[in-house]
Amino acid sequence: MLKLLKHFGLYFIMMKKVITIPEKWSAFRKQFVFELTKIGLNSIGIVLFISFFVGGVVSIQTALNLQNPLLPKYLIGLASRDSLILEFSPTMISLILAGKVGSSIASEIGSMRVSEQIDALEIMGVNSASFLILPKIIASLCFFPILVILSMGIGMIGAWIGALSVNITTTDFLYGLRYEFISFYITYAIIKTLVFAFIVSSISSYFGYYAQGGAIAVGKSSTEAVVYSSIFILVFNFILTKLILA
Amino acid sequence: MIEIKNIEKYFGNNHVLKNVSFTFERGKTNLIIGESGSGKTTLIKILVGLQNKDQGTVLFNGEDVNKMNNKEIRRFRKEIGMLFQGGALYDYMTVEENIMFPLSMFTDKTDDEMLERVNFCLKRVNLKGKNNLMPSELSGGMKKRVAIARAIVMQPKYLFCDEPNSGLDPNTAILIDNLIQEITEEYNITTIVNTHDMNSVMQIGTNIAFIYKGEMWWQGSKEELIKANNKELTDFVFASDLFKRLRRP
Repeated sequence: MLKLLKHFGLYFIMMKKVITIPEKWSAFRKQFVFELTKIGLNSIGIVLFISFFVGGVVSIQTALNLQNPLLPKYLIGLASRDSLILEFSPTMISLILAGKVGSSIASEIGSMRVSEQIDALEIMGVNSASFLILPKIIASLCFFPILVILSMGIGMIGAWIGALSVNITTTDFLYGLRYEFISFYITYAIIKTLVFAFIVSSISSYFGYYAQGGAIAVGKSSTEAVVYSSIFILVFNFILTKLILA
Repeated sequence: MIEIKNIEKYFGNNHVLKNVSFTFERGKTNLIIGESGSGKTTLIKILVGLQNKDQGTVLFNGEDVNKMNNKEIRRFRKEIGMLFQGGALYDYMTVEENIMFPLSMFTDKTDDEMLERVNFCLKRVNLKGKNNLMPSELSGGMKKRVAIARAIVMQPKYLFCDEPNSGLDPNTAILIDNLIQEITEEYNITTIVNTHDMNSVMQIGTNIAFIYKGEMWWQGSKEELIKANNKELTDFVFASDLFKRLRRP
């Protein structure tokens, strides 16, 4: 229990240092663009790949479970759409990004810590937490929603291909996609994504920033970053769903 | 000049530094020597503010760092240059960007002015034209020299070096030692070198502090060191046959 409190305490101390006005905007901009590329652009491929195939599998499984002739065919499109928008794209993609981006952030900052690069920043008078972590958090907040929206779109294309493979017509599928569409679901997904983006980037940074030791410590911080980011994503998924949708 | 008075440091029940006092003189290469685990690195980290002390005073030219406000501390930090054991170069930046980094963060110099200063520092450490290399492309000695260039780019008043020769071959180690001494004398700065390399001690040790089990055990120059009769000091310094010969008449 004490250990947990210590973690929370250190996390908030770090975040207090992170959330400050950048010392030099030109340096912040440079770091921000760098992080956008690393966190965002480099994740597009994996997000599109996973979304396409999961979208396909969702529609095939839905079709197999809705084989009752009384149920209209367009339900496959509708069920796939809601599954993708409400849960798969915001939550599952964030969990995947916790693995990809979170481990990368923790190992990068952890390596900087154990090789004294963070100490070098501090000695120069640079607020190392703000300089290193703030651009990562802002880049994640900016790019996670873009990735999630892309995932929704590609997931639906995958779902359409999947539907075709189980003899659902394009007309039926598209009718289902449009049927009783609630645009607030997108807002809900984006809200969740923003929270998850903050969780992944800040928790991963925390484990990297306080890494101590050598290569093993960096590996450990990377693993902890993924595990704790995933746990907090699932907990906050429940809380946000209850607060926003229930 | 840096004065430390009655520094105490504990890690839990482990009393790491015991009432350590010393004066690091300006324009001289001040050496902190001692066995591994004697408290040298802790002392240097306390001096640069990376670690808190439990008791005592650190005065930089008479100014107590503990009494400075945040603005003064930030100003003061810009007067410090540090050479880390592994160089601590930023992996994702080129040599030029590494050296330019403090200038871009804390000065309003134009790109041309910054580049001119970077090239001057690179030339000073004999790495002219290596601007676009990445740290991964550098040898250990080159990394240390780039780190020295970065440490002096802001024209610091105080230069701290933590084990500058660790992992280097004897020739490169001598090169780094000479460079540190030249820079110290050229810019008349206060340099503090933390080392257990006896070659360095004999090469550049103008003001030496020997720390033994967390206590300031002995202080003096390299000439005095050779003649010293302090058992713990002589056991440490003249551990090898080569150095034992130095004491023979």
